[in-house]
Amino acid sequence: MYSEAQILEWLEEVKDPEIPVLSLVDLGVITNIDINEHRVAVTMTPTFVGCPAIDYMKQDVIEVLNSYGIDNVDVQVNFDEPWNSNKITDKGRKALKDFGLAPPPKHNLIVDIDILDNIECPNCGRNNSVMKTPFGPTACRSIHFCNNCKETFEQFKPL
Amino acid sequence: MSEIAIKELLYKIADDQLILGHRNSEWTGFGPLLEEDIAFSSMAQDKVGQSQAMYQLLHELGEAEPDTVAFMRNSDQFHNCQLAELPNGEYDFSLIRHFLFDFAYAIRFEMLSNSSYVPLAKLSKKIQGELRYHTMHANTWIKQLGSATEESISRLQNSLNEAMPYALGIFEPSPYEAELKSEGIFDGEEALKEKWLAKITEVINQTQLQLPDITTLEPKMGGRAGQHTEHLQPLLDEMAEVFRIDPTADW
Repeated sequence: MYSEAQILEWLEEVKDPEIPVLSLVDLGVITNIDINEHRVAVTMTPTFVGCPAIDYMKQDVIEVLNSYGIDNVDVQVNFDEPWNSNKITDKGRKALKDFGLAPPPKHNLIVDIDILDNIECPNCGRNNSVMKTPFGPTACRSIHFCNNCKETFEQFKPL
Repeated sequence: MSEIAIKELLYKIADDQLILGHRNSEWTGFGPLLEEDIAFSSMAQDKVGQSQAMYQLLHELGEAEPDTVAFMRNSDQFHNCQLAELPNGEYDFSLIRHFLFDFAYAIRFEMLSNSSYVPLAKLSKKIQGELRYHTMHANTWIKQLGSATEESISRLQNSLNEAMPYALGIFEPSPYEAELKSEGIFDGEEALKEKWLAKITEVINQTQLQLPDITTLEPKMGGRAGQHTEHLQPLLDEMAEVFRIDPTADW
C-alpha cells in the first residue's frame, strides 16, 4: 500500500515536456489520486483543452510509477476539476521565474485584460512591460516586452 | 434528457470549431506579421483541440471515435455554419470572420457553462476561459484597423458587409430548440444572437465601421442541415488526405 504523499513525491519527477523545470504536481494538473492495494488511479486535467503535451504527460506518469514498482497504473484525463493558472504552486511559480518565464498573476478566475500589462520582467524584476501578443510559442504562453531592460520575455498566461 | 437534441448541439459546435480551426491553420506560414501568423496558428490549435473534446463527448454518447468523425465524413454530413468554411480570403476577411465567430462562441460557451448537461457544462466553462484570448485578439485588431487608414477601414467594411449574412447563419435554429430550452441544456440560438449582436455592436461603435442593418439581410442558413458552399468539400479532402490513406495507422 502506498500513501498519496508518496505517489505525489514520485510524480514530482514528471515534468511538463514544454517547460522541463516544472513538475506536473507544481503545474497543478494532477487532480486526484486513488490508491488501492493493486492499483493506482491518477486523474489529470489539461492546462488548455487542445494541449498536445497531455498524452506525453500521461505516458510519463505511467512510466515513473511503473519504475517504482507500481504495475497497475490507470490515468484518466477529464475536466471534472478544470485547471486554472491559480493552481500553479508557489514552488512552481519560482521554477517558472528561474526558467525565465514570468509566472501568471493570481486572479479571481475572471481574467481582466489589465493584468496582462506591467507583468514583472523575469530578467530585471521591474514591472514596466507591455504585452506584445497573447499568443506565444505554445498555447499557454504570451509574449511581452520590458520597457526597462528592453528584453522580450514570455509569460505563462493567466487562465 | 433528450439525447438526440444534445447530439445535434454537440455536432454543430464541434464541426464549427474544427472547420474554422482548419481555416485558421491555413494562415500558418502566411500571416501578414509573425505575431499574426502565430496568433491564427494558436487559435487553430485551440479550436481543433476544443472540437476533439466535443467529439469525445459525442463518442461517450455512442458516436464513432473522434478521428473517424472528424476525417471520414463528407460535406453533407457536416453541421458547421457556412461562415466557418468560407476561404480565408485576404487578412481583412479572416479578421472580420474571427471577430464575428469568436464573440458568438465566447457567449455560447458562457451560456453552456450553466447547462443541465453536466459534461458539456464542465467543458464549456474551461473553453470559455481560453476564448477570452481569442476575443481579446479580435478586439484589439478590429479597434485598431477599424479606425486607422482609409484603406484599412474600407477593407474591413467590405469584409463585414460580405460576412454578415453568413454570420447570421451561426444562429440557424435547431429542430430541437424547444427541448434544449425546456430541459435547461441550452437557452437557444435566438437568445445567443441577441447577446452577440449587443456585444459586436458595442465594439463596432468604437470604430469607424458601420454595422450592416441585419433586418435587411438574408441569413445564409442550411449549414446545420448539411447544406454547404462549394468550399467545404475541398477543405475536407485536404484535411483528411493523410488520415484516409490508412485510417488504422498508429501515430
